[in-house]
Amino acid sequence: MNKNILLCGVGGQGIVLTSKLIAAASMAKNIPVMSAETIGMAQKGGSVFSFLRTGDNLYCPMFPEGTADLIIGFEPGEVVRMLSYLKPEGTVIVNTHPIMPVTAALSEGSYSGEEMLEYLKANVKKLYTLDGDEACRRIGSPKVLNMVMLGGAVASGCLPFTLDEIIAAVEKTVNPKFFDLNRKALSEGESLLGK
Amino acid sequence: MHTEFLMGNAAIAMGAMAAGLNLISGYPGTPSTEVLETTAKRKTGDIYVEWSVNEKAALELAAGAAYSGARTMVTMKQVGLNVASDPLMSLAYVGVKGGMVIMVADDPGPISSQTEQDTRHFAAFSKLPCFDPSSVQEAYDMIGDAFAYSEKYHTPVLFRPTTRVCHGYASINVKDPEEYLVNKPEGFIKDSSKWVIFPRLSYNNHIKIEERNEELSSVFSDYDKNRIIPADESSCRKGIATHGISFSYVMECLSGQKAPCILKVSTPFPFPEKMAVEFLKDLDEVLCIEELDPVIEKELTYICGKYGLSVKIRGKLSHDVKPAGENSCKSVSENLERFLGIAPAAVIKREDMPPLPVRPPVLCAGCPHRASFFAVKEAMKGKKTAFCGDIGCYTLGNAMPLDMVDTCLCMGAGVNITQGIGKIEPDTTCFAFVGDSTFFASAITGVVNAVYNQADMTLIVLDNSTTAMTGHQPHPGTGRTMMGEIVEKVDIEAVLRGIGVKTVETVNPLKLNEAVDCVKRVASEEGVKAIIFRSPCAVLIKPSAAVSVDEDKCIQCKKCIRSLGCPGIILEKGRVKIEKSLCTGCGLCTQVCPTKAIRGGDCNE
Repeated sequence: MNKNILLCGVGGQGIVLTSKLIAAASMAKNIPVMSAETIGMAQKGGSVFSFLRTGDNLYCPMFPEGTADLIIGFEPGEVVRMLSYLKPEGTVIVNTHPIMPVTAALSEGSYSGEEMLEYLKANVKKLYTLDGDEACRRIGSPKVLNMVMLGGAVASGCLPFTLDEIIAAVEKTVNPKFFDLNRKALSEGESLLGK
Repeated sequence: MHTEFLMGNAAIAMGAMAAGLNLISGYPGTPSTEVLETTAKRKTGDIYVEWSVNEKAALELAAGAAYSGARTMVTMKQVGLNVASDPLMSLAYVGVKGGMVIMVADDPGPISSQTEQDTRHFAAFSKLPCFDPSSVQEAYDMIGDAFAYSEKYHTPVLFRPTTRVCHGYASINVKDPEEYLVNKPEGFIKDSSKWVIFPRLSYNNHIKIEERNEELSSVFSDYDKNRIIPADESSCRKGIATHGISFSYVMECLSGQKAPCILKVSTPFPFPEKMAVEFLKDLDEVLCIEELDPVIEKELTYICGKYGLSVKIRGKLSHDVKPAGENSCKSVSENLERFLGIAPAAVIKREDMPPLPVRPPVLCAGCPHRASFFAVKEAMKGKKTAFCGDIGCYTLGNAMPLDMVDTCLCMGAGVNITQGIGKIEPDTTCFAFVGDSTFFASAITGVVNAVYNQADMTLIVLDNSTTAMTGHQPHPGTGRTMMGEIVEKVDIEAVLRGIGVKTVETVNPLKLNEAVDCVKRVASEEGVKAIIFRSPCAVLIKPSAAVSVDEDKCIQCKKCIRSLGCPGIILEKGRVKIEKSLCTGCGLCTQVCPTKAIRGGDCNE
């Protein structure tokens, strides 16, 4: 089954690795997969996205607007930025914690992310919010936000993979030193969305 | 054969290794860098890999190896080919023995480049065959073809992917190492009638090159990666001509639609003329969907004239396709809707969006370049100055609040531009900022020029001991090579002294007072003088403990934010706060704070 998935957020949140894990899970099931992301000039703190598609008859990794089945949003404002890619009946999972850009601090502007979340609530039918940063604090590491988000994505039922298949991909791809921590974060994300 | 999930650039590297690669050289540049890095990481057997000092050196090295029968590849970004164009133009006349592929990545957008130049023009200009892949799988398959044609016709060939192919990932079919071709170089055989370029040789070879390219135009008309895809309905008299990633966009946009006839051009030079005539003969109108320049559009217009075909050729020149920037599924579907009269896809209009956070690229938290720029700014306060920048992370020093890059042109240009400004405006204190990798690549000759021609300038070398912008490649100053050897570092200070720069001071920019004093002292001297700001790239070192704001001492003047623009210092409910996940503890802000309210930091230990 063909799926278009968009991951978006801010540099340093582990988006590219998350995309690689979904791709690895896809490869393990012999489902063709393509992806494309921002790299190069995008420094830490810049907007980062990853387009990922699985299934047959794929031509290019970057799918058209209005065709994403799922957006995994690591930052509320970044989801709003990329929302035109969502299908009318598509699903959004969003981390509620906003990240203030340097430009906002310089101009002493305010950016709380709340108006972004309000906008998403008004415009997305299938919206799941989760406080990923709070989850990271409970788990005890700021570095596992991507696993929390991925766990949530699995729970949404929009990925063609089970949690075990994703865990297998983590085991194969990520440093084994962090395996237990990552597995805990995946489960945390999964149960957060279940609530 | 097995399946792997690979980046386009990794696929190019794997394809080259499967084709019997013996040597690869290059200079880092987005979006080309990962080809050489993947080769270094994945190589089996005896492949020589090097980051050369610049693209010209890389191409000349590979030419020497190809003269000796090796299969060689050179990698660079499009502007790198400008640097390598001197050997390229002559090498086209001399030719090679072993297969030689010059991989030049173009960057429509541009996403991370100075120009939107089109290497397909360079192919026609240098008369070298050019391959233009449309997907990750095709890039893998085509690189083998490129080597085969190169060796068969004794000519270097250009291989020109664009960013979306280079940096796209796909699960593709790749060969197992046992299936790789093995090329055993014969060695260099002396023959001055062949390897020494003289006017007579150039004249004779020019004739042969024109004959060869005519032959190749015909050969490429039967090349399986140049294709005519027939229309779904034979009565359709419209056609689409396209290439590269735009071909993928066209196919994506037309899936589920009645498609017209499509011409896919994978060898823009020599152009597959016979195939193009076949494509054009039953059509009334063709839309060319290209990125960068209208190369196919002009070729088809020429062919229509040559063969007396009355087909209307449309594209960038007829303003049907936008002249600049990259294509996308969106832009291509708009082009197709207008040309074919198909109904636009339903996309939800979103008009009431709240203002989005702006996130321009900025220097990282803890970046030593921020400290260097700030030190020069402080030292030169109130003076008439020119700050000539260069290519690298430090180009981002132009952003507010630093605002310390007045010019940026191309690799190494700042050193010479600042001399030019100084000759016309002698009362201006002239600076050139250059990174360590750029210094070795193309700034040394500029310093020689300055010393010889009695310039009055201060050279600032921002030495973070790596090539940071492109992902931390080693260079002559790092003492490491891509073959894993530890070698003697080329010492920047010794190079400058050797050239004749009398004053060369090295200082840690994160020690702000020392750095400011150093700039004041050195800049006041006459002639050519240099400061080396040495501090490692913040991404490469283990961060220290984050600094913290003492709420009792902080008067909320926000000087730290206004002077430094560090992403690690944020405002929370209007109050200054340190973003602990970003702060590296460099301590620059602790030295800027007028009330000493920011505590901690390396520099205060």
